[in-house]
Amino acid sequence: MTEGGQKTYAERLARAVVYVVLLLFVVYFLAPLFIMIITSIKPMSEIRTGTLISLPRSPTVEPWLKAWGSATIGVSNEGIKGFFVNSLKITIPAVLISTLIGAVNGYVLSKWKFKGSDAFFAMLLLGCFIPFQVILLPMARTLGLLGISGTTAGLVLVHTVYGLAFTTLFFRNFYVGIPDELVNAAKIDGAGFWRIFWKIMLPVSKPIIMVTIIWQTTQIWNDFLFGVCFSTGETQPVTVALNNLVNTSSAVKEYNVDMAAAIIAAIPTLFVYFAAGKYFVRGLTAGAVKG
Amino acid sequence: MSEAKRFNPLDYLERTLPKLVIAPSFMAMMVFIYGFILWTVYISMSKSTFLPNYDFVGLIQYVKLWRIERWYVACKNLLIYGGLFISVCIALGLLLAIFLDQKIRLEGVLRSVYLYPLSLSFVVTGTAWRWMLNPGLGLEKLVRDLGWESFKFDWLVNSEMAIYTVVIAAVWQSTGFVMAMFLAGLRGFDSSIIKAAQVDGASLPRIYWKIIIPSMRPVFFGAVIILTHIAIKSFDLVVVLTRGGPGYSTDLPATFMYAYAFTRGRLALGAASATMMFMMVMAIIIPYLYSELRSRSND
Repeated sequence: MTEGGQKTYAERLARAVVYVVLLLFVVYFLAPLFIMIITSIKPMSEIRTGTLISLPRSPTVEPWLKAWGSATIGVSNEGIKGFFVNSLKITIPAVLISTLIGAVNGYVLSKWKFKGSDAFFAMLLLGCFIPFQVILLPMARTLGLLGISGTTAGLVLVHTVYGLAFTTLFFRNFYVGIPDELVNAAKIDGAGFWRIFWKIMLPVSKPIIMVTIIWQTTQIWNDFLFGVCFSTGETQPVTVALNNLVNTSSAVKEYNVDMAAAIIAAIPTLFVYFAAGKYFVRGLTAGAVKG
Repeated sequence: MSEAKRFNPLDYLERTLPKLVIAPSFMAMMVFIYGFILWTVYISMSKSTFLPNYDFVGLIQYVKLWRIERWYVACKNLLIYGGLFISVCIALGLLLAIFLDQKIRLEGVLRSVYLYPLSLSFVVTGTAWRWMLNPGLGLEKLVRDLGWESFKFDWLVNSEMAIYTVVIAAVWQSTGFVMAMFLAGLRGFDSSIIKAAQVDGASLPRIYWKIIIPSMRPVFFGAVIILTHIAIKSFDLVVVLTRGGPGYSTDLPATFMYAYAFTRGRLALGAASATMMFMMVMAIIIPYLYSELRSRSND
């Protein structure tokens, strides 16, 4: 900036370049979503004759109806709806249980430290980073021994267990910032472990509960690895079903149905993102950037 | 004194309660994380093929693994893909963060646009890019119809180039994340330093290049670690986008592991490849966590 707020020609040019670059990236990031949406409402004839970005001339909801209710996925002809429901049945309990346990764990690891609790936390932290390939084979065997391989309950267990490291990390780091004096004063007043948790910690936990629920929901809903390894046919989550739909080598490829199914699979997490983006970003950067 | 020493069951319960509450999670961690890792390592040193066979054979499976060409391809691909993915994400993420930090109008809207791909599953991202990059009806046709008749873009089905399509899709998904990290770093930068440098006559690009970017070292460090971690774990994107193909030209260690352990029934080899992946991740994560925890306790 020059004196008196007058902008030079070079400065105005630089500013224009900044805006142009930023807008080009808007196009780059939105293009795939735009292409998916217009492809999903074009009939196949238009897809074959038009281009990626040609707008639909006679828009149709047919591909959406087919993707939802009648597309062939694996051995069934009932579209993606059953798999969508599977994902709900897996995600909701796994998110709730792992968040709840994470909250209590984080409370203990920050306000009721004992000998070895820091070591436990460090070990758990390492668990956030393991590549899951290194536990797949034993997990498959264990689910078999428990008699829940290929079931929704099995996937809920897997997601809960491997989500605990993250949920505990989130709550612990949040509760560390709550003054110890508050808890100590309550202890002197005779409040016990659960009472302090209930009356002091939980009421201030709304932001971190949001962050954790959103993080877990996106992680579990979007999971593919556990789904493909630990579920079969009817119990598969929506991501696995989408892959099966897209990767079938059947005669005619219906790109419009593929795109409609992809959008259906993306709607819950997109909704969460646009409804609570603030918490979403906070979860992403928690633990990643210091401070 | 004597009174305080008397055993009080309620007091005792109150004191052990935190440990009791943690105990199930501790057990779960010991079994499902550390126990399972050891179990996998053990499988990798056994004779297991289609069924588990716990006869101990030492490191033979690792010798075998490193003799398989497909494993080499997977590791080479990881280097190409990881290297490009990390450097492009960081370059674009930093550029976007710096530009967004120039008191831009509608900054919030732009940020949400750059970040939304992160909320998508890699399966969705893969589906979208598979459609856009397909040689018959995708980008190739679009450019040809615009008038460039000889335009050719068949990377998706070209075994030499297919790995780069994975990079394109992965960069699209993860750049926003790096941008958010850098933006947080830039917002934490003391603006009085910038003003002081401007008074001294330094231009803004020069200030960024000489002062601000070098001060972002911890953010670079964190971004590299997280992106490396994403790269090593990449699995779904490859499965959906290329199915590891053509042939096995886009295999990554994660898809190799899945193929050997779950579809080809070579349990021990699959376990050995999983153990190698685990060691790769630990080689970068342990020094990172160590330095993070140490610098935190120094604060």
